[in-house]
Amino acid sequence: MAGKPKLHYFDARGRMEAIRWLLAAAGVEFEEKLLESSEDLDKLRHVFQQVPMVEIDGMKLVQTRAILNYIATKYDLYGKDMKERALTDMYTEGVADLGEMILLLPQCPPDQKNAKLTLIRERTTNRYLPACEKVLKSHGQDHMVGNKLSKADIHLVELLYYVEELDSSLLANFPLLKGLKTKVSNLPAVKKFLQPGSQRKPLGTEKTLEQARKIFKF
Amino acid sequence: MAGKPKLHYFNGRGRMECIRWLLAAAGVEFEEKFIEQPEDLDKLKSDGSLMFQQVPLVEIDGMKLVQTRAILNYVATKYNLYGKDMKERALIDMYSEGVADLGDMIMLLPLCPPDQKDAKIAQIKETTTNRYLPAFEKVLKSHGQDYLVGNKLSKADIHLVELLYYVEEVDPSLLANFPLLKGLKTRVSNLPAVKKFLQPGSQRKPPMDEKNLEEAKRIFRIK
Repeated sequence: MAGKPKLHYFDARGRMEAIRWLLAAAGVEFEEKLLESSEDLDKLRHVFQQVPMVEIDGMKLVQTRAILNYIATKYDLYGKDMKERALTDMYTEGVADLGEMILLLPQCPPDQKNAKLTLIRERTTNRYLPACEKVLKSHGQDHMVGNKLSKADIHLVELLYYVEELDSSLLANFPLLKGLKTKVSNLPAVKKFLQPGSQRKPLGTEKTLEQARKIFKF
Repeated sequence: MAGKPKLHYFNGRGRMECIRWLLAAAGVEFEEKFIEQPEDLDKLKSDGSLMFQQVPLVEIDGMKLVQTRAILNYVATKYNLYGKDMKERALIDMYSEGVADLGDMIMLLPLCPPDQKDAKIAQIKETTTNRYLPAFEKVLKSHGQDYLVGNKLSKADIHLVELLYYVEEVDPSLLANFPLLKGLKTRVSNLPAVKKFLQPGSQRKPPMDEKNLEEAKRIFRIK
């Protein structure tokens, strides 16, 4: 009997947030077991002793992409055939590259932070957002792939929220991306997830970073 | 009319090598267009071939695919190296991603500043021996089958065996206590298509040396 998926992570966005977004957008209720200490991490019973870890359909999955791909396949958010899957993957991976830079920013040594931020802004404005805007312009459809909601749209919209947090002016010259962000945000399941009190996690603070260092020992 | 897949990269392993391995193991012939000057890369960027201004780029079945995982997943699906259902795909992804985590550490080693290199190699050896190899050995032990997933060759086996060759290049003794992994390496290496790829004269690329590193830095404008 399949219960709700159970997410194992600490109380922050980190590498789990993309999974929370995808489950939420798919309308799937999930439970969270929040790690609070490094001992909690040691207690995970898994051949790869790491998080994110998601218990779903009798499996204990680790590795963000493995988890995301499974959820996307299960809830029909992965295109209709292998060519659409290839496009979905290509767009998702680009989003992940920029997302990774933003994710790791808090860990950047203070003397390198400004340079890193400048690089992020530059890549956002000159590489990633133009590439995604171009895709939407090329077919004029409401979604990135196959005229249908997919993981590519959800990951991209999540990223756009983070770009906006960094600097809202970065989205200025991308009308189609702004349109996608609005459209996806208004889907009932996403709208609910965007409201206060949902399982969506806030922007990390100094405290979050300290907790991460303690739990993951870095 | 579908021709052979065409791989655009520089003449080195980098992020394209796992794609070469997978195509080769699937018995798929492919062409390579080597980027030799920064201007070659500029041209690919300006003619709109590179969605994110980066290589690897693979032209396959009318698509210009970038992003290593997008390419690998497409090739694996097309040539039936991705399991029989979504649960097997999840396991294959989980194992492939673990391999990629260690693989990236090894791949980026040449870019490591000389004063940090010894520490980095020690870290790689430690994590290989204590985390990654035991995990994969345990998977094979748990079901006693010849392949990681579904008793059938998949991308997970190919990526893992490729990694084992690199681990061996770092230090052959690292594989010592992993009999099932050594067995998998032998088994996969003896598959006709892989055996051919492992022979001199194939499209398999050698380890990065000083010259290859300088070439990569020049082409990709890395300081």
